[in-house]
Amino acid sequence: MVFQKDPFNVIIGGVGGQGNVIASQVLGRILLPKGYVITIGETYGASQRGGAVMSHLRISAKDQFSPLIPEGQCDLLMALEPVEGLRILGQYGNPSVVSLINTRPIHPIEIISGQTPYPDVSEVLRRIGELSKGVWAFNATEIALEMGDPIFSNMVMLGALSMLDMLQIDRQGFEQAIGGLLSSGRLAQNLEAFDRGKMAVEKI
Amino acid sequence: MSIIAQDTPGETVLLMGNEAIARGALEAGIKVCAAYPGNPSSEITGSLAGVADEFGLHVEWSVNEKVALEVAAAASFAGLRGLCTMKQNGLNVASDFLLNLNLTGCEGGLVLIVADDPGALSSSNEEDSRAFAKLGDLPLLEPATFQEAKAMTKWAFDLSEDLGLPVLVRTVTRVSHARGNVLLDELPRPTKKPRFDTSRPRIALPVLTNHKLLREKLERAGQVFETSPFNFYRGPEKPELLIITCGSGWMYSLEAVANLDLNERVGILKLGTTWPLPEQMVLNHLSKADHVLFVEEVSPFLENNVKELFAQNCVDLGLKRFSGKATGTLPDIGELNPDIVISTLQDILEVFYEPVSAEYALRAKEISDQLVPERPLGFCAGCPHRATYWAIKNALALDGRDGFVAGDIGCYSLGIGPSGFSQMKTLHAMGSGTGLAGGFGQLNAFGLDQPVIAVSGDSTFYHAVMPALTNASYNKSNLLLLLLDNSATAMTGFQPHPGTGKTASGQDAPILDLEVICKALGAQVEVGDPFDMKATTETILRLLQDVEGVKVLILRRECALVRGRTQKKLFNMEVDQDLCLGERCGCNRLCTRVFKCPGLIWDEIAGRARIDEAICTGCGVCAEICPSLAIRKEVV
Repeated sequence: MVFQKDPFNVIIGGVGGQGNVIASQVLGRILLPKGYVITIGETYGASQRGGAVMSHLRISAKDQFSPLIPEGQCDLLMALEPVEGLRILGQYGNPSVVSLINTRPIHPIEIISGQTPYPDVSEVLRRIGELSKGVWAFNATEIALEMGDPIFSNMVMLGALSMLDMLQIDRQGFEQAIGGLLSSGRLAQNLEAFDRGKMAVEKI
Repeated sequence: MSIIAQDTPGETVLLMGNEAIARGALEAGIKVCAAYPGNPSSEITGSLAGVADEFGLHVEWSVNEKVALEVAAAASFAGLRGLCTMKQNGLNVASDFLLNLNLTGCEGGLVLIVADDPGALSSSNEEDSRAFAKLGDLPLLEPATFQEAKAMTKWAFDLSEDLGLPVLVRTVTRVSHARGNVLLDELPRPTKKPRFDTSRPRIALPVLTNHKLLREKLERAGQVFETSPFNFYRGPEKPELLIITCGSGWMYSLEAVANLDLNERVGILKLGTTWPLPEQMVLNHLSKADHVLFVEEVSPFLENNVKELFAQNCVDLGLKRFSGKATGTLPDIGELNPDIVISTLQDILEVFYEPVSAEYALRAKEISDQLVPERPLGFCAGCPHRATYWAIKNALALDGRDGFVAGDIGCYSLGIGPSGFSQMKTLHAMGSGTGLAGGFGQLNAFGLDQPVIAVSGDSTFYHAVMPALTNASYNKSNLLLLLLDNSATAMTGFQPHPGTGKTASGQDAPILDLEVICKALGAQVEVGDPFDMKATTETILRLLQDVEGVKVLILRRECALVRGRTQKKLFNMEVDQDLCLGERCGCNRLCTRVFKCPGLIWDEIAGRARIDEAICTGCGVCAEICPSLAIRKEVV
């Protein structure tokens, strides 16, 4: 498959600790064996401690690109937290972007302390819709919690992403990509998370 | 199996820049690697530690960067290849040795990788470590891609042996902490026996003789660099604008030229060997353009060096216009990105660029500004540091003499902000909190009556606090040091240190007991549990008010992230919303407005506190905060 755009730009965003980096790495490891040149830029270090984090993933048939995507050039957004999705669209959005959103909020400490309110999630989703060509939204954290650990929400989201048919993500590619990356004891659970994410999109 | 150990030459794999560097070192046949962790460098040595046994390497987390460089240099002196890695601040620590090592030279290839952090994304400064190459007359390489990070590291060992000098490789966050395709080469298994040649002592004296030799080696490096494949030009024969760039600036420049469709007008000279300059190559390209733009991270290093070279040759070259950081064309602070380079080219060449309609861009920005809250960094849910700062805050308030915390480097540096209740009032280098606190302690004699609390993590203690503590004891200062022992170098990725009983490659090691060391250094030592905030507050207050001299309170609790790997929650937490009085309680929402753990949130609809079950790690600490006893903990 040749992407309609080269490079095709994906941004995965969320809050430090949600497994953003792993999700981008898995995606890269699914696509690289298909012959693409992959470039991933990651937010690391201090930003992990509850801050806003982003991974920029660039997929090309021919060249390596900058690990940072220029503003306004995101083709596909996967946000692990709703306002983080909107934050990214404010800088990297454009009328053709497709957005996949985990609707479960994580409150920043200034919300917790009552200095500012967390915006109404339905309002956030409406605005994301206004700025995107298409939006897919569901509560991935709830599914992960049903599985016993919120950490699976990133893999639930990747399963959902595979259903959008924009990237060549298949279950077999996912399985190969997580093998050698995640501890072997957790492979089955991560596969289950992927499958549950697929099912969640079918229901939307 | 670790991806960097994959023995499949010819295969293309996805590697992080730091892994590519590690792979390059393996392909060069290193035997020894020593480092102190620090972002964005940590994964280089981290990934080599994981394959140390398999490749028969000695890989260590040294206690600081100077010792690390000494350990790697010893391997080189004995004829083996040695690697040393650090972040930019680390080079300051290692520089004392480095600026003698340049004079003694080396035998086996010795490569020092320094990862700079433009924009200080995870650092206390954004210094440009390239200055040390010029200061120490040392050859300097700068990789621009992941493939180059691997190839350049490998070549750096050959170069080091060719010149008999350590080689500096400067990488930056967007090379080190990014991933891309890397083609694997052969993995050698060298079996050379180490031997130090006593007929060739490594002594910097006589200095002038060795300095002369060093200058000759550097001149030779310049000649080698003239034909290096890491330096190349892409663009028209006579460009309207010549970009000279290195490192991540190369990718940004390519991106900008492509987005603005300037291939016919702009040429890019990409340099991988940036000190000494490949002078003839640079002069050749200068002669073909009238306007030169420099794209590089942090300081105008290339820019000023090229201008110096131009000044020596200006009679032949004629007038040129130079633009860069030094001329104010590009920002001289913070990190670059493709958009900064795009807008700079737009201004210089007067071209139009609008990736999205102005109307959309404005609307997107307005909506996001209006709805998206800030998300400042903070301690993780269940982090022992939050509990520690809570105790510090209360102890200093009870003490009432306007006391403060002299800070140090680690996760607990977040004590400068809201999640550490803004208790930290000084923050500099590794170990500086205790050094400063010892200095403040001497001012009591002149009437300073504010109590000062130094804080230090366990790894930082071994790195640079021990000399400061020794100094305070010997010089009879008055200080209280809180040793926040969370059993890990948490900020940089949980590397082991001398207090953990494990080496970098996972072998057992003797634990160098903090309590014993502090006592030996003349301190009065107590140990506490930061999760017991009441007792900790009382202990801090007592030590500040009743005891003179050098006191250490070790506050011991495992990092919440480390604990979370092996252990489930300690407690199931719940807020009894019938007992919580909400805003009507006289507590001013102590639990949320003041304590601010991300796992304990405010339920706007109920007007009560609530546990966020996706975030809470069940440490149980917040149960102590609530005056209405509405926060309940139940042992799991």
